[in-house]
Amino acid sequence: MYVEMKEICKTFDGFQASDHVSFGIEKGQMAALLGPSGSGKTTILRMLAGLDMPDSGDIMINGILVNDLPGNKRGIGFVFQNYALFRYMTVADNIAFGLEVQKKGKAEIKERVEELLELISMEDLGKRYPHQLSGGQKQRVAFARALAPRPGLLLLDEPFAAIDAKVRRELRNWLKEMIGRVGITSIFVTHDQEEAMEVANQVIIINQGKIEQIGTPKEICFHPQTEFVSDFIETDRWIV
Amino acid sequence: MEQQIVKVKNKKGVRVIPGFGLSMGVTLAMLSCIVLIPLASIFISVSKISLQEFVEIVTSRQVMSGYMVSFTCAFFAAIINGAFGLVLAWVLVRYDFPGKRIMDGMIELPFALPTAVAGISLTFLYSDQGWIGQLFDKAGVRIAYTRIGITIAMVFVGIPFVVRSVQPVLAKLDRQYEEAAMMLGAGRWRTFFRVVLPELFPALLAGFGLAFARGIGEYGSVVFIAGNIPYETQIAPLLIMSKLEQFKYSDATAIALVLLLVSFLLMFLINSLQIYMQRFVKN
Amino acid sequence: MSKKKQRTYQQDIVGDSINSLRKVVEPPKENGSHLMKYLLIGISAAFLFLMLALPLAVVVMNACKEGWDAYREAVMDEYTMKALQLTLLATVITVAVNTIFGLFASFLLSKFYFRGRQVLAALIDIPFSISPVIAGLVFILTFGNMGWMGDVLDKYNIKIVFAVPGVVLVTVFVTFPFVFRELFPVLNAQGKDEEEAAALMGAGGFTIFRRITLPHIKWALLYGIILCSARAMGEFGAVSVISGHLRGKTNTLPLHVEILYNEFNTTAAFAVSSILVLLAVLILVVKSLVEWKKE
Repeated sequence: MYVEMKEICKTFDGFQASDHVSFGIEKGQMAALLGPSGSGKTTILRMLAGLDMPDSGDIMINGILVNDLPGNKRGIGFVFQNYALFRYMTVADNIAFGLEVQKKGKAEIKERVEELLELISMEDLGKRYPHQLSGGQKQRVAFARALAPRPGLLLLDEPFAAIDAKVRRELRNWLKEMIGRVGITSIFVTHDQEEAMEVANQVIIINQGKIEQIGTPKEICFHPQTEFVSDFIETDRWIV
Repeated sequence: MEQQIVKVKNKKGVRVIPGFGLSMGVTLAMLSCIVLIPLASIFISVSKISLQEFVEIVTSRQVMSGYMVSFTCAFFAAIINGAFGLVLAWVLVRYDFPGKRIMDGMIELPFALPTAVAGISLTFLYSDQGWIGQLFDKAGVRIAYTRIGITIAMVFVGIPFVVRSVQPVLAKLDRQYEEAAMMLGAGRWRTFFRVVLPELFPALLAGFGLAFARGIGEYGSVVFIAGNIPYETQIAPLLIMSKLEQFKYSDATAIALVLLLVSFLLMFLINSLQIYMQRFVKN
Repeated sequence: MSKKKQRTYQQDIVGDSINSLRKVVEPPKENGSHLMKYLLIGISAAFLFLMLALPLAVVVMNACKEGWDAYREAVMDEYTMKALQLTLLATVITVAVNTIFGLFASFLLSKFYFRGRQVLAALIDIPFSISPVIAGLVFILTFGNMGWMGDVLDKYNIKIVFAVPGVVLVTVFVTFPFVFRELFPVLNAQGKDEEEAAALMGAGGFTIFRRITLPHIKWALLYGIILCSARAMGEFGAVSVISGHLRGKTNTLPLHVEILYNEFNTTAAFAVSSILVLLAVLILVVKSLVEWKKE
């Protein structure tokens, strides 16, 4: 297992956000944390990133117990829901920031930034500021910025939530392809069943802070183990 | 599986953004040295006065009349500011007209103008020989050296508080509410009093409270126009000042403590009312 | 309503009946609200003229009443110059101290969640709700002869009360929350995503502050500094209590104005005031420019 959560519990002001959550994800997998809003999926992602601390339980990444390791030492890239692009830096500076902080050489940074701009097909937009970009472009920059320091694990919080429906499907395929090409283990949070089924090869369904089912999209679709899962997936089929 | 155990610290002690300790340290140290420790002195000094002495000081005729003058004048000034502040905020947010930017800039004049300058200038304006005072003097109304003058000075210092509290809330207020009310056939006045005013009320109240508190404590701009006639126009802060000049430290401390508690109580009441109102408005 | 306009309304009726009906119904209402608009603007303008513009005019008129020579004499007076120096000194120190505090405190309260956060914010606001006279009194009770720190200070021969350090200290106290109050709402509205993202990449506190946080607050910071200087320059009540009115030593400009006024030297009092008015207006203009630039 590349990523493992064991018996994680977390409460916020008496609200049980995570209730004995345990799961594992193999290296190179693309996993989706799927659940209705308020189910506690974002909390799990934030705990993996070290943005929130669990009350009890263990988190392992690449065989290392990271419970008390600050987020920046866990070797992860994080794509925020609203991208959290640095508003006062250009696209290129955004991507370079993580490398600058690691005190990489100027030439190396430049090379890596160019490589990533090419990857996200935004070679000509390096000098733009975030407010001059479309939603889809912002998302791609956030993706490139997270990848720049070559993390071992990529975490994405509702990566498509802020993008309008038309572009979403397109971007979804793009992201799937990119992650496949880079070959990085990734976990993303979503409340959209279709999104999870289409993009991920492992789906973790969460409800009220508990894991309902873990499996491949196929298993979840054809063998739902709880009533909640069958409801949650069924309703989706109806809408689509 | 290879495991590398990192030393376990207090689990909640790990924070993502660095700089918590330093920021907390600097903030607390500066706050304590400049505000909290000096402020504690007033309580230390009061504890040296016996209760009987304390009651005697704050209930003496001079002190009681000082409180009365301060509280009533500040109250009326805050009411006047509430009315005009609302009109000013409305005009600045809802209308476009030449000179609007200058008008908006002028609102902060009482913040920027030294209180002593405002004080002597208002006194000059409203004395029986001043530009405005003359007119009223003919009608037999004296403004400078009366409570009317004190109230006017307090209106001067308090006006920015109301305008600056109401302005942003009014600007953010969704006009759809008003349009909805109009569509339902409500007239302009009814729409204003039933739809707009309730939305603005918490902000208006906050502005009122700030102007009231400022009026009670104000010294520089009031002391000149007040004229300091005993039992008539002596404000409470002036009493503290004159006790200090007579080296009656315990008298000054006692008077100050009551004033301090009243302003804290006032701010607390207005805060609670505001929270209550906001909950009401949200629902 | 002009005839021309009426004709268009009628033409419209022929064209699009529903649309034009609205237009025909609306104009009288519009007229009413126009009247209201000018009435309200009129009230506002009158209020501002009476309450704010006239006092300024009084200062300028009286300062110039006895001509340029009298004005220059009052302004160039030795004691006026000393008072101006002290005022500027106190202002510079106050702004520096309160800026440092404002930066740390607003960063702390907007980027971290901890128990007692609200209490801390309320404590920072205390100087706002305290009478300046009480602020002065508090420092006398602490550092004066009778104060609990008095003996210690005496022993080392440090004078705070009735001396320059006291003047500076009360000025800092009275304007303590100003910079914080300007920065905090901006930082709070910005959220902490950007800082978290930078921290996850391993950026240190100083780097995050300089490269991520500071660009967000540069205008608010400037604005806070401007407001803080205005208040610091004009503080009267608190300084009046603690300075002891020592001419040429602990007199600030506002105190000097008071002395001149109480000596019935009105022209000089207003002449000195005009320096402060000039500074105040200058500050308001700069402030408006900052706001305009920010937009």
